[in-house]
Amino acid sequence: MMEFALATAIGVLTASGVYLLLRARSFDVILGLTLLSYATNLLIFSAGRLAVGKPPVLQDGLPAQLGNYTDPLPQALVLTAIVIAFAMTAVAIVVALRSHADTGSDHVDAREGGDAAARPPADATEERP
Amino acid sequence: MTQHLPALPVLIPLLAGTLVLLLERRGIAAQRVAAWISMGALLVAAVLLLRAADQGPLLVYLLGDWPARLGIALMVDRVNALLVLTTALLAIAALLYACAGWDRRAPHFHALFLLQLAGLNGAFLTGDLFNLFVFFEVMLIASYGLLLSGGRGLRVRAGLHYVVFNIMASTLFLVALGLLYGMTGTLNMAEMALRVAHAPPQDLAMVRAASGILLVVFCAKAALLPLYLWLPDTYSRAPAAVVALFTIMTKVGVYAVLRVYSLVFGQGSGALDGWAWEWLLPAGIITLVLASLGALAGHTLRGAVAYLVIASAATLFVAFALQTPAAVGAGLYYLVHSTFITAALFLVVDLVRRQRGALADRLQQAGPLGATTLLGILFMVAAVSVVGLPPLSGFIGKVAVLTAVPPDQVALVWTTVLATSLMVLVAMSRIGSQVFWRAEVWPTADAPPPPRPLEVAAAIVLLAYGIALTVGAGPALRYANDAGAQILEPAHYIEQVRDTQPLLRAPSP
Repeated sequence: MMEFALATAIGVLTASGVYLLLRARSFDVILGLTLLSYATNLLIFSAGRLAVGKPPVLQDGLPAQLGNYTDPLPQALVLTAIVIAFAMTAVAIVVALRSHADTGSDHVDAREGGDAAARPPADATEERP
Repeated sequence: MTQHLPALPVLIPLLAGTLVLLLERRGIAAQRVAAWISMGALLVAAVLLLRAADQGPLLVYLLGDWPARLGIALMVDRVNALLVLTTALLAIAALLYACAGWDRRAPHFHALFLLQLAGLNGAFLTGDLFNLFVFFEVMLIASYGLLLSGGRGLRVRAGLHYVVFNIMASTLFLVALGLLYGMTGTLNMAEMALRVAHAPPQDLAMVRAASGILLVVFCAKAALLPLYLWLPDTYSRAPAAVVALFTIMTKVGVYAVLRVYSLVFGQGSGALDGWAWEWLLPAGIITLVLASLGALAGHTLRGAVAYLVIASAATLFVAFALQTPAAVGAGLYYLVHSTFITAALFLVVDLVRRQRGALADRLQQAGPLGATTLLGILFMVAAVSVVGLPPLSGFIGKVAVLTAVPPDQVALVWTTVLATSLMVLVAMSRIGSQVFWRAEVWPTADAPPPPRPLEVAAAIVLLAYGIALTVGAGPALRYANDAGAQILEPAHYIEQVRDTQPLLRAPSP
């Protein structure tokens, strides 16, 4: 039952993440990346097999056998992955905000009518003066 | 000291990068001094490492002194020692170019540059898959900063694509690592190779799927067939000093494929023995053709050079996929050559672009050009080398790759490599005639300022590396062939990594 719940959670998160990633707004894309990173973290966590109430570090009085403990390594990996995904999301948001400010559009290709058309084309400039 | 040598190429730029952050208040001169001192130290460490690796046996460095199957290990063989030295030499030229004045306009340039070097060297040296992921991220985060420094408008948009694409690839990397750890219970490459070879048959499908996901990730970094669309736009918009360093980043992807698919899923890994290479040969060949067409059709100078980066990575995939020591060795020689020469081309093209006024790097029209003779000579040397015409290193590299092709694949590989060389020759001739042959003289009143001496020096340094590779082709090819023979014998790696014992810690049960 626990396996089913976890697998469903991973599947739903991945599906929503991929859907959002394929949309044309950079805000949606970043949300999609976040959901995908949640799904990945759960997947890595499940690589250590699911166990309830077992300690990840050796304890006195409990024989040092694999059956008595849960694998601590995936938890450490997930921690690293969370930190990196967090930093990456921050970077992506900053870049998206800058892109929005410079091109006047939230579209990932910055191609659409409206206020973008009123501005001078951004094609000529790449460097800040 | 020599015992800690394998960790130095990561530690030196990491420490210097943090130091430079502290020095930022003291102005640009202090940052430059710190960057150059660390670059000198890095070069010495890289040369020493290359000499140590050329002795033959693998150098294994246990970080934290845990046995390799439990902790993280760095491992140095001839292949990655060569790549660390290539990175250091390339970085010297890129730093020289930036120090001509551009680094004043890009905030935190020196810190990000050094951190990217730490990430690159770490990705080359590590023997642990998760650690490879971490160093990939270090390298990528620094590269986002470098790409966007001082940029606006189109460059930021290209940067957004680059960032999102790479985060997506990193997510897939983690998925593959989670699956592989779940199936094999280890992340050390040598240990995993052993467990993949003895995997129970019911696990094989999952292991194969995970290794396929991993291959997609590496090919995305190396810009192979369907996954190269991000590269031309990003590279043609990046600042010149930065993109010169970026030319080694596609090679990191190629190196990761070579390492993982000849060690973990290579000879002796049972059912998965070298499965990836059967796919990579056709993918490499198609990419090579498409990239050469891209260079031919490029309508900006920098766009055309960006396609040459893809073409060089594709040539490497073709060479490595042949899986013979001579072919892998020739591929390694070509890797070093193509890294230097494409970087040199990016620098030359940036100098040319700034001498053309409003036309910049658009190729549709001929226009005025300043400093014609100097830039023309630099471009011609680089173009001759990148096409593979005699007498420069590109010719030697391509001949070495072609002679190493096994007889049953001669027809396919020779046809593609020679035909694409012709296409690149036409592309380069087109740029040469449009930009240099038909160049007009600037009216003296509004001519652009001449190229800065340091920037010209950086391009000359890169071209000189290529000439040194030509003059020293004998020893270089000997080393590359030894490296190719070494990496194709995974049994030695597994044995030596497992035999390395912690120095201070009692052996664990």
